[in-house]
Amino acid sequence: MWKTIVRRFLIMIPQLFVLSVIIFVLAKFMPGDPFTGLITPQTDPARIAELTEKAGLNDPVHMQYLRWMGNAFQGDFGLSYTYKRDVGALIGERALNTFWLSLLSVILLYALAIPLGILAGRYQNSRLDKTIVLYSFVTYAIPTFVLALVFLFLFGYQLRWFPTSGSVDIKTQVGTLGYYWDRFYHILLPSITYAILGTTGIIQYLRSEIIDAKSMDYVRTARSKGIPMRKVYSKHIFRNSLLPIAAFLGFTITGLLGGSIFIETIFGYPGMGQLFVSSISSRDYSVITALVMLFGFLALLGSLLSDIIMSIVDPRIRIE
Amino acid sequence: MAKKNEKNSNVNHVNSPPTGLQVIFREFMKDKLAMFSLVVLVAVIIGIFFWAYFMIDQQQLMRVSLRDKFAAPGDKFLLGADQGGKDIIGQIVVGAKNSMLIAISITLITGIFGILVGLLCGYFGGWIDNMFMRIIDFFITIPSLMLIIVFITVVPKYTVGAFILIMSLFLWTSTARLVRSKALSESRRDYVHASKTLGTNDFVIIVREILPNLSSIIIVEMTLNFAGNVGIETGLSYLGFGLPLSTPSLGTLVSNANNPLVLQQYWWVWLPASLFILFMMLGINYVGQALRRAADSRQRLG
Repeated sequence: MWKTIVRRFLIMIPQLFVLSVIIFVLAKFMPGDPFTGLITPQTDPARIAELTEKAGLNDPVHMQYLRWMGNAFQGDFGLSYTYKRDVGALIGERALNTFWLSLLSVILLYALAIPLGILAGRYQNSRLDKTIVLYSFVTYAIPTFVLALVFLFLFGYQLRWFPTSGSVDIKTQVGTLGYYWDRFYHILLPSITYAILGTTGIIQYLRSEIIDAKSMDYVRTARSKGIPMRKVYSKHIFRNSLLPIAAFLGFTITGLLGGSIFIETIFGYPGMGQLFVSSISSRDYSVITALVMLFGFLALLGSLLSDIIMSIVDPRIRIE
Repeated sequence: MAKKNEKNSNVNHVNSPPTGLQVIFREFMKDKLAMFSLVVLVAVIIGIFFWAYFMIDQQQLMRVSLRDKFAAPGDKFLLGADQGGKDIIGQIVVGAKNSMLIAISITLITGIFGILVGLLCGYFGGWIDNMFMRIIDFFITIPSLMLIIVFITVVPKYTVGAFILIMSLFLWTSTARLVRSKALSESRRDYVHASKTLGTNDFVIIVREILPNLSSIIIVEMTLNFAGNVGIETGLSYLGFGLPLSTPSLGTLVSNANNPLVLQQYWWVWLPASLFILFMMLGINYVGQALRRAADSRQRLG
């Protein structure tokens, strides 16, 4: 078990290394340098040269890369040009917002997908099953930004059921129950949108898993022992089919990060995805490189998590 | 004797399992909705290309006319006008044409490259396979949407061609993975061993013998990729990282909705384009699903 995890972890290191090199090269191609925002037209050229020397921009490229990585490991990504703030602190704030949004999205996603998948598999070929299959097909085909906009238009502006942007109403008092309720209220519509769009994989997997399980020997054995079908489903089939679903969690995280770029932009939610888009628009390169690195790290972590969960629930795939 | 042979071949013809186009045709005849999607999709695509090339003057279309700012749908503009007084329906048609051309280019480039890599890895295995699989693993785990956006902003001379190449760079992996796994199981089959024993060279085995057996799954994969590429292109254009602003795109039209005023009051600016994207994606995906069923004998309806 531990062997698998360690081995899987070791594979991650070269991937992270390649990603960091790509980002470093891209950052080199980006216009501007770490002093953008510190320098005004009045700054003395000698002072600029001195700053350049001090920041090590005259060193060989591999030295610069090593220093950049060293700083990145310590959480030092430099200063944000638009916000005039430390990038680490800025992202930390936004990351928390994205975390809450993602958490609610995942909860809603599983709460929606698991019952639908189970029902579709259990009542295979019934009208209910056909409706669920159609639903998962339609949500698979809809692009994220189209559904998010239509929801915002319909439930935000037309029906006024949900707030249309932001993470919390400024009038609420920090720390009160109303404050937390308001924050929850603000992430509800974006989370629902995400949950609806993300269900396809889980529903289809669960459905086919349950349909396959029906003709398995252990189900026949259970039936012939006289266990009612209802019990066979709840005690035998679901337990076997649900476990692999846990492994979807890692990939769900990866998907959430990609989706957050659209969802947060449309719902005006101040998370990392929105920060990324606004940083690109304002050419805030120190923020961009830090965000891509962080997202890459989280995505790798997500797939690592999936593999670990998978090897816990299914001993057959442990690498020996 | 000759007559008997003829009769025999006739009987064989009746009994032989339906192949290729026949299967696909039967599948579409069984599934009326897929047939309907296919017919509508073909009609819309032909109509849009015809309309965009012969009936719309793009310079005329993109001319700003403040008098017609946010003109409501009516006689002058069938679907109203946007902030610059530009005709919406004309922009949808030209935008749809651009989106489809881009999506088709990306699908072809990633398809050809993916099939090539997949076949090589699946057939030869060994270090080629190992190397490409590591690369593919890497591409699958990195946040590709973000990197595409960063690439787009870093490229100095940004054109439609550059956009297509950047997208293709990140999107070839799924086809390669699929083709590899199929080619791998196919190259373990007896007919390949037999062919090898006879001394056929590897190139002929791959192109003339394995590739035709993968054609059905490749068609399915490319159809679904086409739908996906339309989605990614419009999505990026929506965020403002797709086509240059002077070129009409479905995504750019939808992005008008980022202005809350437009979103609430001038629905005709963004809603038709959104619905167009939605129905196009549904149609292509539905056709793709029918093709997938046709390619897999266990799932066939007819």
